[in-house]
Amino acid sequence: MGLALAAALAGFITVASTTSTEQSGLFRHLLPIFTAKTGIEVRVVAVGTGQALDIGRRGDADVVFVHAKPLEEKFIAEGHGVKRYDVMYNDFVLIGPKSDPARVAGGKDVLAAFRKVKEAGAPFVSRGDKSGTHFAELEIWRLAGIDIARDKGPWYRDTGQGMGPALNTAAAMNAYILADRGTWLSFRNRGELSIAVEGDRRLYNQYGVMLVNPQLHPTVKRDRGQAFVDWLISSDGQAAIAAYKINGEQLFFPNAGH
Amino acid sequence: MSASILPLTLDNVAYASNGQPIIPGISLAIEAGPSTIILGANGAGKSVLMRLMHGLLAPSAGSVRWNEADPSSVRRRQAMVFQRPVMLRRSAMANVVYALELAGVPAAEREAQALTALQEVGLRHLAHRPARVLSGGEQQRLALARAWALHPEVLFLDEPTASLDPGATREIETVIKAFDAAGTKIVMATHNLGQARRLGDEVLFIHQGRLAERSPVDQFFARPASPEAAAFIKGELPWV
Amino acid sequence: MLSAIAEGLQRVFALDRELWRIVALSLEVSLSAVLLATVLGLPLAAALAVKQFPGRRGVIVILNALMGLPPVVVGLLVYLLLSRAGPLGSLGLLFTPGAMIVAQTLLILPIIASLARQALEDAWREYEEQLRSLGAEGLQAALTLLWDARFSLVTAVLAGLGRASAEVGAVMIVGGNIDGVTRVMTTAIALETSKGDLPLALGLGFVLIAIVLALNTAAQLIKEAAQRRFG
Repeated sequence: MGLALAAALAGFITVASTTSTEQSGLFRHLLPIFTAKTGIEVRVVAVGTGQALDIGRRGDADVVFVHAKPLEEKFIAEGHGVKRYDVMYNDFVLIGPKSDPARVAGGKDVLAAFRKVKEAGAPFVSRGDKSGTHFAELEIWRLAGIDIARDKGPWYRDTGQGMGPALNTAAAMNAYILADRGTWLSFRNRGELSIAVEGDRRLYNQYGVMLVNPQLHPTVKRDRGQAFVDWLISSDGQAAIAAYKINGEQLFFPNAGH
Repeated sequence: MSASILPLTLDNVAYASNGQPIIPGISLAIEAGPSTIILGANGAGKSVLMRLMHGLLAPSAGSVRWNEADPSSVRRRQAMVFQRPVMLRRSAMANVVYALELAGVPAAEREAQALTALQEVGLRHLAHRPARVLSGGEQQRLALARAWALHPEVLFLDEPTASLDPGATREIETVIKAFDAAGTKIVMATHNLGQARRLGDEVLFIHQGRLAERSPVDQFFARPASPEAAAFIKGELPWV
Repeated sequence: MLSAIAEGLQRVFALDRELWRIVALSLEVSLSAVLLATVLGLPLAAALAVKQFPGRRGVIVILNALMGLPPVVVGLLVYLLLSRAGPLGSLGLLFTPGAMIVAQTLLILPIIASLARQALEDAWREYEEQLRSLGAEGLQAALTLLWDARFSLVTAVLAGLGRASAEVGAVMIVGGNIDGVTRVMTTAIALETSKGDLPLALGLGFVLIAIVLALNTAAQLIKEAAQRRFG
């Protein structure tokens, strides 16, 4: 019966999201559930956060699903999005070499850890690509009282790369790096790296979803896009998100409506 | 039966290339009837003269006039065979058919006419062979067949045997003589004195781009009037 | 490294249906682009080879220079064209295989046209006098030339195919590397590399190389057989 309903809707929507979200494997798990229920195919274009928002601004996507709240709110303020909803959060973890030159492993305070890394001059890899992860890293430096643009030294490697390649670089250099847990869990090339600091509330990474404004972009598929937004924040969608696990570990924590 | 496209009249024709004058000025008329040999040393300007007459080159001065106003009619009633035959990547017969197609021969008649032409030059048995795998002599005969299939009034030949061995040369000369006998006007450029004597009725001797002498073939070789011609003949045949 | 390759190939063949879909799409996009670029490029090349016109040298220089267009730049330009915010947005081509074909066609058109022009110019030098003597001019001569030079033109087309199969910058931007819709071999390799899954990326890479090798071998065999027949 659900399939008959599904057939009535049919068609597809385009969702602009981030590489880290796709690479975590979440969409492969989540989207078939949505499609089975509604018949709507979801096509995800996974790029950096900046590019995803730009795709939305151009009206080339129907829905934007990223994790950079200040930028999302700006998107709404500019009129490109209808409304922003919290969907889920995952967290960042500070990854470091087992040799731990900055002596931060096992800590619970990421600000203190960052300060120690800078004092020790231990190698640190930054994504440097204006992604959500990059913004999170810059925010932590700021909260730790460090003007990283001014105070960085040769220990700070600004690579301009995605999460995977940046992890590859960190593994090769035995460096510290801030990564999202999802990419870390699927990352295979770990070398000597492991999780140094996790669990600090400041490491939480909030995801938000927005329907691109059909008033500004008339070609946006409003009904189908809204159906996806609605489903993500519905109890069904939230349960599906929670059910996604890698090696038995839950990756994303639904928090719509909190 | 329309009028002949001959005579062909060159009136003060000059040709220069990259500022270099190759033909300073030539006036002559090619009449129907006797086979004409354009004789001269390498670099004398024979090939350029042939191309001016055939219409492949435009003169820088002067005029090239046929006895026929319609250029496409003129084009169809003369043909040229070059020193190196250029064949398309298809069978021997297909190459002749191509020429017939360009000349506007109806499709149903092309194959038969092509085979007849190949027969004339003794290549019928190679009709379906790829033209480019034929020997140099066979390709040149094919070029003659292709030219002859159009039944041209005038056949220009630019050093047709210069690249061939004596055996192939003899075969080509036989075909040319047959065409001559059948009524086609032959205009042939060569530097080969023996060939000129064998095939020609009259000789136009070209020296440094000028027409130095014109006379019937026997007279030319027995009593060359110009010193340049005498020197040329002596240079090639020291025992004359 | 050998074990990484072995593991990669193993996992690649375990992907089965997904791998087939990626391979099929890669072939569809690149072969379509080659077909379009050939249909557009060969007449252009023939015209350049046969006709003298004012500005001809400039066109040739520009065409040669465009051979070196970075794929990612082509992708960006096509993206701006096909975006909803762009002039051709109403076509709705962005993030579909159609956009990828458009981008790759534009990318390889200069390659095919330039190489074909070179081959045709050489051929024209050989054929011009004879064709004009027989009364073939303009379009007729160009068509005859194109058909007769077909074996050297195959090389130009294969060069275009090679470039199209190998590029990732253009198809990534205009296609979006959408799982199941616009993911081709090169973008899949880029994705797996960025995920750090190097064995899988390597495996896919080998499959890509094998396919391109197979296509080139087939073309070479056909070319040789035809050359034996036509000389």
